[in-house]
Amino acid sequence: MNGLIGCLECGGAATTGGFNAHKIIPPALAALFPVAYLTGLLIQRTRHDKWSGWRTAFFLIGSSLLIWALLPPIAGAAYKDPEAHMLQHLLIGMFAPLGLVLGAPVTLALRSVPVGVGRRFSRLMRAPVVHTLSHPVAALILNVGGMYVLYLTPLFALSMYSAPLHYLVHVHFLAAGCLFVWAIAGPDPAPRRPGMRTRLIVLFVGAAAHAILGKMLYIHGLPDFPLYDPAATRAAAKLMYYGGDLAEVLLAIALFSIWFRRRVRSHGG
Amino acid sequence: MALISRMRQNPNRSKWGGILVGIAIMAAVDEIVFHQLLAWHHFYDGSTLAIGLLSDGLLHAGELIAMVAGFFILLDLRKHGAMSKAHAWAGGFLGAGGFQLFDGIVNHKILRLHQVRYDVPILPYDIAWNLMALILLVVGIVLVRRAGRIHEGSVGSSPSA
Repeated sequence: MNGLIGCLECGGAATTGGFNAHKIIPPALAALFPVAYLTGLLIQRTRHDKWSGWRTAFFLIGSSLLIWALLPPIAGAAYKDPEAHMLQHLLIGMFAPLGLVLGAPVTLALRSVPVGVGRRFSRLMRAPVVHTLSHPVAALILNVGGMYVLYLTPLFALSMYSAPLHYLVHVHFLAAGCLFVWAIAGPDPAPRRPGMRTRLIVLFVGAAAHAILGKMLYIHGLPDFPLYDPAATRAAAKLMYYGGDLAEVLLAIALFSIWFRRRVRSHGG
Repeated sequence: MALISRMRQNPNRSKWGGILVGIAIMAAVDEIVFHQLLAWHHFYDGSTLAIGLLSDGLLHAGELIAMVAGFFILLDLRKHGAMSKAHAWAGGFLGAGGFQLFDGIVNHKILRLHQVRYDVPILPYDIAWNLMALILLVVGIVLVRRAGRIHEGSVGSSPSA
């Protein structure tokens, strides 16, 4: 156990007892998301502008999942239990982004801020770097590619011993997950977004790459971490495989419902 | 009226919607009944080839998207009154049989992803599996032909067309 003294959870809990900043700060930051969203909603209300109840519900579900993933029952257990780690990973990287992005927060923000700020934002959105990053293929590489790097290199073990690295990994997967959902089926404005076929192919490749990684983890007993029980690690790989399925089906439904609504509109229903 | 509505139908799209849903239903049966309930199939049995792992991932992703795409295509056809039920059913059997046969021959035997069942003589299981697939496929082929005859018969015999 000596080698594990530096481990975040064991070390932190031993020195400071009940209260730990690293237990409180991440969920508190995540709680700012719904606060900001509801503020925007309030601005819409005072102007008597309409905002979809669905969008609100999606965003609140997404932020609740994110907060849940960062609270001690999951975040604390993730250091000892690979299944808790994987649940956290699925929530932060896949399920929370689905809700957050389908809530169209950028549209709400643009409607709520002064026109000048909105214009500057739109100009920013047309910058080449945004265009490159927002392409589904780039989002796919950042998202699923990031998972391959995390689980198949020593990065996973390193992130278990270094708090900054650990949170950087979380932020990366949240951001990359949101980028991916937005690039595939996001309701927020996306200049020069490729067509349905490209997005469907990227979703297909992403789902396949995720399933393959899930099976590789199962076969090779990864992620390899001293506190992780091998049988629980295999169960975690299965959780990744099937949890990923559910998230990808939901994303496919989001993508096809855009297609469906567009056809209804263009054919007059 | 019946004639007009039949002329709006899109038999080809109905058939493909059915094929996608058929694939998805068979994949779901495979996953739910054989992997989870009976636990005959194994998630990984130690003899999968590397290429099998790749094809498993691609196939798995394809099944998920086929399920969503198929249901949305049928939903869209219904919404626009363009559904040919006969073609959709025929497609459903074709998709289910085709998937079952592919799973039985390519996945189980060539790529050795996993077997139908373990610790039993495997041959009867393989024969039953692929025979079932062939039956579904033949039913699909018969239904496609019949759907085509019904469709052409009614549209072709239209006096005003």
